[in-house]
Amino acid sequence: MHFSIPYFQVLDNDGNAKQDPEVDKETIKKAYELMVLSRIFDETAMKLQREGRMYTYAPLKGEEATQIGSALALKDEDWIFPSYRENGSLIARGMPIDLLYLYWMGDERGMHIPESVNNFPICIPVSTQIPHAVGFAWAAKMKKQKSVTMVYFGDGGTSRGDMHEGMNFAGVFKLPVVFLCRNNQWAISMPRSHQTAAETLAQKAIAYGFEGIQVDGNDFFAVYLATKEAVEKARKGRPVMIECVTYRMADHTTADDAKKYRTEEELAQWAEKDPIERLRKYMKGQGIWSESYQKKVIEDCQEKIEEAVKKAESVPPQTRDDVFKHMYATMPWFLKEQMNED
Amino acid sequence: MVSEGTNERRLVLVQKESESMTEAINIVGALNKALHDEMEKDNLVIVLGEDVGKDGGVFRVTEGLFEKWPDRVIDTPLAETGIAGVSIGLAAGGMKPVAEIQFDGFMHSALDQMISHAGRIRNRSRGRFTCPMVLRAPYGGGIKALEHHSDSPEAYYVHTPGLKVVVPATPNDAYWLLRASIQDPDPVVFLEPKRVYRAIKEEISDRPIKLGEAQIIQSGDDVTVISWGAMVRTCTRAIEKTKDISVELINLRTLKPLDIDAITNSVKKTGRCVIVQEAPRTCGFASELIALINEKAFLNLEAPPMRVTGYDTVIPLAKMEAEYFPDENRVARMIEKAARF
Repeated sequence: MHFSIPYFQVLDNDGNAKQDPEVDKETIKKAYELMVLSRIFDETAMKLQREGRMYTYAPLKGEEATQIGSALALKDEDWIFPSYRENGSLIARGMPIDLLYLYWMGDERGMHIPESVNNFPICIPVSTQIPHAVGFAWAAKMKKQKSVTMVYFGDGGTSRGDMHEGMNFAGVFKLPVVFLCRNNQWAISMPRSHQTAAETLAQKAIAYGFEGIQVDGNDFFAVYLATKEAVEKARKGRPVMIECVTYRMADHTTADDAKKYRTEEELAQWAEKDPIERLRKYMKGQGIWSESYQKKVIEDCQEKIEEAVKKAESVPPQTRDDVFKHMYATMPWFLKEQMNED
Repeated sequence: MVSEGTNERRLVLVQKESESMTEAINIVGALNKALHDEMEKDNLVIVLGEDVGKDGGVFRVTEGLFEKWPDRVIDTPLAETGIAGVSIGLAAGGMKPVAEIQFDGFMHSALDQMISHAGRIRNRSRGRFTCPMVLRAPYGGGIKALEHHSDSPEAYYVHTPGLKVVVPATPNDAYWLLRASIQDPDPVVFLEPKRVYRAIKEEISDRPIKLGEAQIIQSGDDVTVISWGAMVRTCTRAIEKTKDISVELINLRTLKPLDIDAITNSVKKTGRCVIVQEAPRTCGFASELIALINEKAFLNLEAPPMRVTGYDTVIPLAKMEAEYFPDENRVARMIEKAARF
């Protein structure tokens, strides 16, 4: 059987648009500011980790367009199911930054997401969140709600059964789900070429009876426009898989050392496709970027991040009871007994 | 069979004088050496898992193996069910796979294959097919990790018919028990206490350790303390705090098959016992030990068998994880309680 997977790109590496993206200036600026904010969040997290003020952290550097472009394509009533790397998407969807830092500082209270924010908690075991997102979308359909659920996962996640089983359900039951695969080329030390013999990851969707597309994941417009279209298809019961082709510019986590398994040349090649820089060049060409605007964006972002760190670090310590009290709706006898042991 | 820790130490000293070959290594080094030595000895032994090849494993346990045996050290796709499932097939097909699951919390999708097939193939085929595989994984907390990186899943595997379950506590345990596990004709789940991966250094004895053979680390008459994995070190520290009580400390090494004689002989002598486990309490391995002690040494008991365990909660993230573990103070208090009962 013959098939082909479309590849969508709007901006070239120098920020020239192949077509008018037809995105309003306010959205473009909001996206740019969130991408810069995500990067500063990320750099600060790395710094805090090195200083011993935070524990293991999974950086997002290089994937800002994928995360922000996709998150902004959703409506407030829609939902995201993140993996551990979607800090940018979480922030774009309203996650308080201080809580996010608190979580990465090893404090469960950081994942107490406010009621008004439609983000599911971070999921650590790779691709296990996919069937959850499918079930969540199914519940929305059963309750006749119009929300769409978007689930994030990486290239490594496409090798696990959870992804296949979840996607199959979505196809069979025509569920309002967008499968957003961040193909950042590396699953710790395993390159994309060794993860699967398939030429693209997007083509996996075909086997489940729905559409799979590939987009330039370092191109904000490509991700944003493709996700917008996919979300509206999903809302009508047609799931879509989007493979965002991007690159993990940092180590897998702060506990990893990517120098052991990949080359400086490869990094340098991808550095030229930096998503923030590409959008900046486009904005400059359109007359909506200036040195003074840049200065203000950086200052505002730094201020937000500094405040969030301060807030996260000044939270009073957890109490021992906190370990026990969220296990069941009503605490059973054995937990009460264990909680009161010395 | 029971080995005396003191005899082992003497052996090491003798060896050091005669050969000066051994050097003190940590658990990671001991596991690496065991894999290396088994691969050298038997070319049917292969290593597979996520990041075990070029990267050398996230804890560096497989470092240097890929460089030496590029065809026998395999970086797999990210797929734990697949890693366990193909290892079963590889083992049935005549290889000796040593599969690594990167962290305890990711083992659960492998559990389906281990329960449904690894532990059953010999019985299902009346011995026509067997499953001589090892499923290795770092387990337990104490490294301030993310969620799903600090679990103690030994009870699920001990409960599964047809599997053997091994938990080393020291570098010497790690070296000899991994070699014995690889050589074993049946499937072995090999859980490595990541908290003490690099915390203990010792020379490797020249005396092999068999599966199913516990170690009496210290002999005593008042209270038997039984533990495994990283908690053994916690128990040795607790004993320092209870010097007026004569404690017999048993390092189980193998949870299944269990060295039942070491336990019953000790408890019959002391009449009192404390079991220390990091895993949650309900249906943990300590529960099974208490059942066995009641069955086999009831008339010798002077006090009810006691246990110090993790709680029936999710193990907390970094900031609160110390609240969860049995620490030397909790263990010492329970030893005193058992002695006074």
